[in-house]
Amino acid sequence: MNVVVCVKQIPDPAAPGELDPNTNNLRRDGKLIMDDSDSYGVEMGLQLAESAGGGEVTLVSMAPNNETSGLRTALAMGAAKATLISDDALSGSDALSTAKVLAAAIKRSQPDLIIAATESSDGYTGTTPVQVAELLNLPAVTFAKKITVEGSSIKVERQTEAGYDEVTCPLPALVTVTAGVVEPRYPNFKGIMAAKSKPVDDLKVSDLGLTAEEVGSTGARQVVFEVVAAEARQAGEKIVDEGEAHKEVVSFLEKLKLI
Amino acid sequence: MSISKVWVLAESADSKPTSITLELLTFARSLNTEIHAIGWGENVESLSTELGNYGATTLNVVPNVGDSLPGVPVASAIAQAVNSGNGPDLLLIGATYDGRDIAGRLSAKLNVPVLTNVTGLELQDESLVASHSIFGGTQVAKSKFTGNSQPQIFVIRAKTFSAEPSSGSPTNVNSLDPGAMDSTNAAKIVSRHVEERSGPKLDEADIVVSGGRGLSDKSNYSMIEELAKLLKGAPGASRAIVDAGWVPYAYQVGQTGKTVKPTVYIACGISGATQHLVGMKNAKNIIAINKDPEAPIFSVADLGIVGDTQKILPKLIEELKSRL
Ligand SMILES: Cc1cc2nc3c(=O)[nH]c(=O)nc-3n(C[C@H](O)[C@H](O)[C@H](O)COP(=O)(O)OP(=O)(O)OC[C@H]3O[C@@H](n4cnc5c(N)ncnc54)[C@H](O)[C@@H]3O)c2cc1C
Ligand SMILES: Cc1cc2nc3c(=O)[nH]c(=O)nc-3n(C[C@H](O)[C@H](O)[C@H](O)COP(=O)(O)OP(=O)(O)OC[C@H]3O[C@@H](n4cnc5c(N)ncnc54)[C@H](O)[C@@H]3O)c2cc1C
Repeated sequence: MNVVVCVKQIPDPAAPGELDPNTNNLRRDGKLIMDDSDSYGVEMGLQLAESAGGGEVTLVSMAPNNETSGLRTALAMGAAKATLISDDALSGSDALSTAKVLAAAIKRSQPDLIIAATESSDGYTGTTPVQVAELLNLPAVTFAKKITVEGSSIKVERQTEAGYDEVTCPLPALVTVTAGVVEPRYPNFKGIMAAKSKPVDDLKVSDLGLTAEEVGSTGARQVVFEVVAAEARQAGEKIVDEGEAHKEVVSFLEKLKLI
Repeated sequence: MSISKVWVLAESADSKPTSITLELLTFARSLNTEIHAIGWGENVESLSTELGNYGATTLNVVPNVGDSLPGVPVASAIAQAVNSGNGPDLLLIGATYDGRDIAGRLSAKLNVPVLTNVTGLELQDESLVASHSIFGGTQVAKSKFTGNSQPQIFVIRAKTFSAEPSSGSPTNVNSLDPGAMDSTNAAKIVSRHVEERSGPKLDEADIVVSGGRGLSDKSNYSMIEELAKLLKGAPGASRAIVDAGWVPYAYQVGQTGKTVKPTVYIACGISGATQHLVGMKNAKNIIAINKDPEAPIFSVADLGIVGDTQKILPKLIEELKSRL
């Protein structure tokens, strides 16, 4: 079974995020790493390919400045190869233009299964994967907390408001996985060394049969035109518990007539 | 672009419209235009009284969704209406599991962009301006559509608007043909599993009691549940303990979980990471219990208690029980 896993490379979330004051795009000029949310998809892809007894995992990423460090992490985990789309024309893309790029790149490898995260850690629109599925004319199951392959279809436990639904879907299909769905493996030394020589295919927008107008800030047809500070909330009273603090909670709730 | 027709995605649970649906309808009324709801599922017609009461005049029903995940059939039906000139200028969708699926499908079908994670929406000089809470809620980005996308699609987070009834009469019910559906509609629900939860829903409760890693052990979460029950509230959680498997994801409050706006939010052993704060800092009142006097949660707390949850919670529970 051949699996494509979408891997977004993002600024380290531990560092505070920043917008470019001129474009209001997220700044991505520093070093980028694999989004943690995608480590679950990579692990899931590897496990499904292994248990299907063959096939490989191909990564697809759209990122600025030919960034590959996040892809190398996923290759070190065991993915076989990667496709990177990096092009100045992509700057300012919205979720739909991102999906057009990812869909065109994924189409080249005709996978049985496409995996993405339910939402990324930095942009978190959460719409890109379903847009990819529609552009590829594929069914999709979002919010998977468990995936098993049964012949030529998959069975997915899809998270819901009330619990979960068991969903079946024929392959090929796209699935988005939630954080914690599997325990991502740590790349070992051998994996890290091997990753250095695994193939990363570099593509431009024109290689995908897309025009510059369909993507980037023109393709987005939406704009962040202003960024303002949010209203700050004032801290109130702070007391140190010396054995009776629970009474303060009770009187606070009493004052609000909640008890 | 003037807006003359608004459609609101009507989701339901237990044969009632969800609170986000009513919030979106309330906002739609402020635009003084024709409002339609769009729904699906068994007995969806029974929603027409409540939807009408919140301002919708017509309920467009997508028939025969059956066991399909609703994303494809509902998006197909809306796309079909748009392509035949009977669609909305503006589509308001809640940031829910199915809402996001429908928005994504529709966007790609019609080749129109979507504004997501919207936490505010207002009309400025004839165009709709969306707010997005970014960087853990410290900043607000304002966005708008630049082209003539038809319809404008917004995916809006819960609690962005408050729901107010308008005493309208029940809606008309109209069937909306999704047309022939292709292989994209192949994902089918085989069975539904409901995790038992008593008391009010997390995003509707007047009081939310949440626990975090500071509870030290999974077994201590029972104190959160007990406290929530005594206060007729709902138990919630930080992502740290959801990821650790102490409680299901449905309990998570924050950026990747639920947004809550209760009268009182009680955070127990939660540090107050920005991603947690975005989900709860609009609560009317916040009480925090944390042993670290420097914990960021105190910067938003109206009542901050520096102390040990394992000592304070049992006493609080006893005190509340003694008042029953
Ligand atoms: C403040 C702000 C607000 C924004 N609001 C909107 C908005 O309302 N609507 C909109 O369309 N865009 C918006 N954007 C832009 C949007 O974040 C980017 O277009 C982004 O490329 C879409 O990705 P995401 O991270 O939101 O994707 P998501 O849909 O959250 O991503 C889900 C998954 O898809 C895969 N994926 C996504 N992007 C890539 C990639 N580049 N390479 C590989 N895999 C990927 C990953 O598995 C990822 O986890 C906004 C940006 C900013 C800074
Ligand atoms: C992309 C992204 C999305 C995220 N989304 C979310 C989200 O939706 N929701 C969310 O909650 N988090 C989210 N997080 C995670 C978030 O950054 C924090 O890691 C998480 O909120 C921490 O949970 P916590 O407060 O329970 O744990 P910790 O940060 O470990 O805090 C535990 C607290 O308990 C206190 N404590 C310890 N022992 C005691 C005791 N005996 N009595 C009293 N206090 C005690 C400590 O002083 C500490 O302040 C997200 C992170 C990322 C990167």
